[in-house]
Amino acid sequence: MAALLSLFKTSGFIYLTPGMIIMWVIAFVLIYLAIAKDYEPLLLLPIGFGILLANLPLAGLMEPDEGLLWRFYHYGIQWEIIPPLIFLGLGALTDFGPLLANPRLIFLGAGAQAGVYLTFFAAHAMGFSIKEAATIGIIGGADGPTTIFLAAKLAPHMLGTCAVAAYSYMALVPIIQPPIMRLLTSKQERVIKMKKSRKVTALEKRLFPIVATIVIILLIPASAPLIAMFMIGNLFREAKVVERLTHTAGNELLNIVTIFLGLPVGATMNAENFLKPQVVFIFFLGLFAFMISTATGILLAKLMNLFSKNKINPLLGAAGVSAVPMAARVVHKEGAKADKKNYLLMYAMGPNVAGVIGTVIAAGIFLTLLR
Amino acid sequence: MAEEILAPLAGKIIQIQIKPGEAVEEDDDALVIEAMKMETPVYIPCDGTIKEISVSVGDEVEEDDVLAVIDN
Repeated sequence: MAALLSLFKTSGFIYLTPGMIIMWVIAFVLIYLAIAKDYEPLLLLPIGFGILLANLPLAGLMEPDEGLLWRFYHYGIQWEIIPPLIFLGLGALTDFGPLLANPRLIFLGAGAQAGVYLTFFAAHAMGFSIKEAATIGIIGGADGPTTIFLAAKLAPHMLGTCAVAAYSYMALVPIIQPPIMRLLTSKQERVIKMKKSRKVTALEKRLFPIVATIVIILLIPASAPLIAMFMIGNLFREAKVVERLTHTAGNELLNIVTIFLGLPVGATMNAENFLKPQVVFIFFLGLFAFMISTATGILLAKLMNLFSKNKINPLLGAAGVSAVPMAARVVHKEGAKADKKNYLLMYAMGPNVAGVIGTVIAAGIFLTLLR
Repeated sequence: MAEEILAPLAGKIIQIQIKPGEAVEEDDDALVIEAMKMETPVYIPCDGTIKEISVSVGDEVEEDDVLAVIDN
């Protein structure tokens, strides 16, 4: 009997706290949403499981210098390895053709970063430190790896929360964006058909990643890790001579690093870290950032229409957030609702990929100014 | 007069709802193209009869490729 009792004392049961149980519930909700609702399952599933693991007492998986998940976290995320590798894969999967075909749509990708900055000031005014505010603002870009990259450098204690917020809002793009899009546009604007885009040559597509690397890294050196990997991945793709590398970067390698990203991100969310009133504000501010970004993208498109003869369908502005390709799909669907023969998908991919670059640049600017 | 149905965007043909010789009306469903993992329906541009279908399910098409021809 005494032996049984001492065995029980070495088990984790007696160390469970109510906070841990609450975190289990959050973990189960994320796992449920990933499996049953298909909400960003590639990330929310491992993140959910990571949350569960981080809230099992005595397991020590996040114990500094010892725990398995701590090692993933330290060498993968703190050492800035995994987010750039994700960008390598994204580069290999991204077609910049729609952007090059319609270069003026780049502005929409930039305009949709306004939410990032407005939220930064709002969060700072609400009492978050300047570094925390920047990390919250970047949620508005709706770009998971960039959010994680910035959080690891500026506010590691908020990394898990901000990552979950960013990925949740990415999954909720089809719910969050359409009401804003309909509110800010008239039916006449939504039925605008885009003029046929010009054909983009293979040479342009090959030059783009090289020129973009030079220009962006010279402008914002702090964005180099993400931009460099994004563009080399894209050069692999467009060079068409290293199919094996393109394929590996965009498939197997991307899948592997996704596993090592999700688990430790979830594991940063232990009860003491997560169950604070600020977390609610982070989620609200993140949502606010995302909504503002959607709105400013649309308003910028309308502003551009005042000055140009060749009208832009303002719905395209909503694709300036970097949730690729969800935001572009939503734009297409809203356009098709107004006129079923309006095919906006490929036009929307232009601002969409510009939005990814825009969010990385926004993160780079924060890093330069705040570190 | 013949009118062509052009691919509104690049992608893969995953469904064809028309048959050669069939009488069709404007705005009927014609084909479905998959692009960016999203199914995009293509509609009949005008009333008429399907003269020929130039693609089959599984084909990858570029923007503005001719998908079918309608006699009207």
